[in-house]
Amino acid sequence: MADESVANAPKGRVVTGVIGADVHVVGNRLLAMALERAGFKVINLGVLVSQEEFINAAVESNADALFISSLYGHAELDCEGLREKCIEAGLDDILIYVGGNVALGKQEWSEVEKRFLAMGIDRVFPPRTPPKVGIELLERDLAARKRSKG
Amino acid sequence: MLALLADIGSTFTKVTVVDLARAEVAATAQAPTTVEDINLGLGAAIHAIEERLPLPAEQVAFRLACSSAAGGLRMVTVGLIPALTVEASKRAALGAGAKVVGVFSHELTDADLDAIAGLKPDIVLLTGGTDGGNERAILHNAAALARSRVRAPVVVAGNRVASDRVCAILQSSGREVWVTENVMPEVGELNIRPAQEAIREVFLKRIIVAKGLDKAQETFGILMPTPTAVLRATELLAVGTDDEPGLGDLVVVDVGGATTDVHSAADGRPTKPGVVWKGLPEPFAKRTVEGDLGIRYNAPTILEVAGKARLCRAIGWDEPDLHGIVSRLSAEVDYVPRDARAETIDVALARTAVEIAVDRHVGTLTVVYTPFGEMAVQYGKDLTEARYVIGTGGIFAHTQAGRKVLEGALFDPQNPTSLRPVHPEMRVDKPYIMAAAGLLAEREPTVALRLLKRNLAPV
Repeated sequence: MADESVANAPKGRVVTGVIGADVHVVGNRLLAMALERAGFKVINLGVLVSQEEFINAAVESNADALFISSLYGHAELDCEGLREKCIEAGLDDILIYVGGNVALGKQEWSEVEKRFLAMGIDRVFPPRTPPKVGIELLERDLAARKRSKG
Repeated sequence: MLALLADIGSTFTKVTVVDLARAEVAATAQAPTTVEDINLGLGAAIHAIEERLPLPAEQVAFRLACSSAAGGLRMVTVGLIPALTVEASKRAALGAGAKVVGVFSHELTDADLDAIAGLKPDIVLLTGGTDGGNERAILHNAAALARSRVRAPVVVAGNRVASDRVCAILQSSGREVWVTENVMPEVGELNIRPAQEAIREVFLKRIIVAKGLDKAQETFGILMPTPTAVLRATELLAVGTDDEPGLGDLVVVDVGGATTDVHSAADGRPTKPGVVWKGLPEPFAKRTVEGDLGIRYNAPTILEVAGKARLCRAIGWDEPDLHGIVSRLSAEVDYVPRDARAETIDVALARTAVEIAVDRHVGTLTVVYTPFGEMAVQYGKDLTEARYVIGTGGIFAHTQAGRKVLEGALFDPQNPTSLRPVHPEMRVDKPYIMAAAGLLAEREPTVALRLLKRNLAPV
C-alpha cells in the first residue's frame, strides 16, 4: 500500500499508459519508473488504454496529470476529445502530456505541436525526448499551479 | 460424533446431520421456516430427524447455521467510478453473501437517497477513491447519508485518507459505522476481503438481531449468510486442504426460484498465450447473482431475456401457452412439476437461466485490430479450462435432468468469445449439501471436503 504520510507524500499523482490500439510497452514502463524515482505516485495502466480508462483512473486516484504514450503514429486521433471528456468528468485542471512517436511521416514539429495544443493537450514531446525533460516540466507546471491557487 | 448444520432459508429450514468420523450425511430433514420464532422451524426439522436417528447431546459436537431468512442480507453499495470502486464494492458485497439491491456511483443525489431509503438495505457499503486519491465523493456521500432517512449501519471501505472524517460525519448523525480497508487501495487493485469481514461482523452483531434471528443463537450459532456458505464450499472443493486435495478450478451454478447464482473458484488468467488481460483483477472465489433469472418468481424474466424462440428451442417444441405457463410459475412458487411435459419446461427454463447467468459470469475475449495485427484482449475470467461444473438447487435435487441443465454452462462454438468451460466433468448436488459443507468447513474443513466429494454425483 502506498505510504501517504507527510514525510513521504508524493510530489504528485500521474496516470501513465499507452493510448489506443498501441501495444508498445517499453517506453511507457521506463517513463513510469522515472516518474516514480523522481518522487511521483504513478498509476500505470499499461498498453491498449482507452480515453475512458485514463479518465476513470484519474478521477478515482485524484491525479494531477496524465502522461500519455503513443508510438504508432495515431496519437492525434486517439487524443481527440480527451480534454473535453476530462472536463465532463470533473477533471477541470488536470495536466495532459503526450509523447512518443505522435505523428506519422515527415511533418514539421511546430505544426504537430500546434495541433496537439489546440486539442487542449498541455505539452507534447517529439521522439527521443528523455523522461527527465517531461518530469522537470511537470514539476514546474505543478509548482506554477500551486502558486496560482495560492 | 455428529455435527448439526442448519440452512435457514426463506421458506424452508433444512437441517443436515453429519457423522464426522465417517464424513457422511447421517440424516437430513426440513420444516417450514418460522420467522416469528426461528427456533420453531429448527425444532420441527430436528424433531423429524430424531424420529429416525436419536441425537443424544453427548454425541453432538457442534451446531452451526447459515441464514437467508427474512429477506437475506440486503445491501446497497456506493462507489465513485462504475468500472472501478463501484464494481469493487459490488463484488465485495456479493462475495460476502449479500443480496445487492442497489448500486450507486458518483455523488449521491436526493433522488438517490430516496431510492436507497426505499430499498431498505440492512447495510450500506460506502466506498470511493483510491488511498490518497479522490476524497470529495466519499465525503459528499457520507454527509448525504448522514442527513438522509437511511438508518442502516454503514461499512466504510474507501479512501483511507478520508476514512476518519467519513466516520465522524456518519457517527455524529447517530449512524453505526464500521471502518475497514479500501476495496480499491490503488487503481485496478482489488482488496475486498477486509470489507467482507466487516460485513460479516455487522451481519452477526446487528442484522440477525434486527431480524429476530438471534433466538436461534441459543441453540445454533448462525455464522454467515447462506450464499457465503456456498461460496466457501466452492472454494474448499477447488483448493482442498492440507490433508485432502481439491478438485481444481470449478464452477458452481445455483438455480433458485428468484435468482441464479454462479460461483467460480479459479484465478481465471488467460489460458492462451499472447492475450492481454484487462479490467479489474478477478477474485479467486467469485460470486455473481442474476436477480432476473429464477425458475419460479422470475420465470417470466427468463422468457423476456431469452425470447420465446430461444426458450422453445430449449423446450423442444413450440409451446403456445409459454407466457401463461411462466406467469403461473411466478405466482405458484412452490410448484413441483407433476408430469413429463411440465418437467421438460422446468428444465428448459433452468438451462436457459444457466446459459445466461454463466455468460454474464465468465470473461470475454475480444479482438483488437492494431497496426501490428490482431491482439486478443480478455476481460474477466477465462474459465475454459475449468475441470468441473456443479449444479445445486431444487432442479438438480428433484429431477434426473441435471446434465441437460448444466450443459447450458458449456462453451458454445457459436459464441466463442464467451470464456465458458470447454470440457468439464459435471456433478450435481442431490442431497443439498453445499451450504452445510460450507458451514462445516469453518470447523472441520477436511471432513467437509470429503463430504462434498462423496455427495456430488457425476451426471
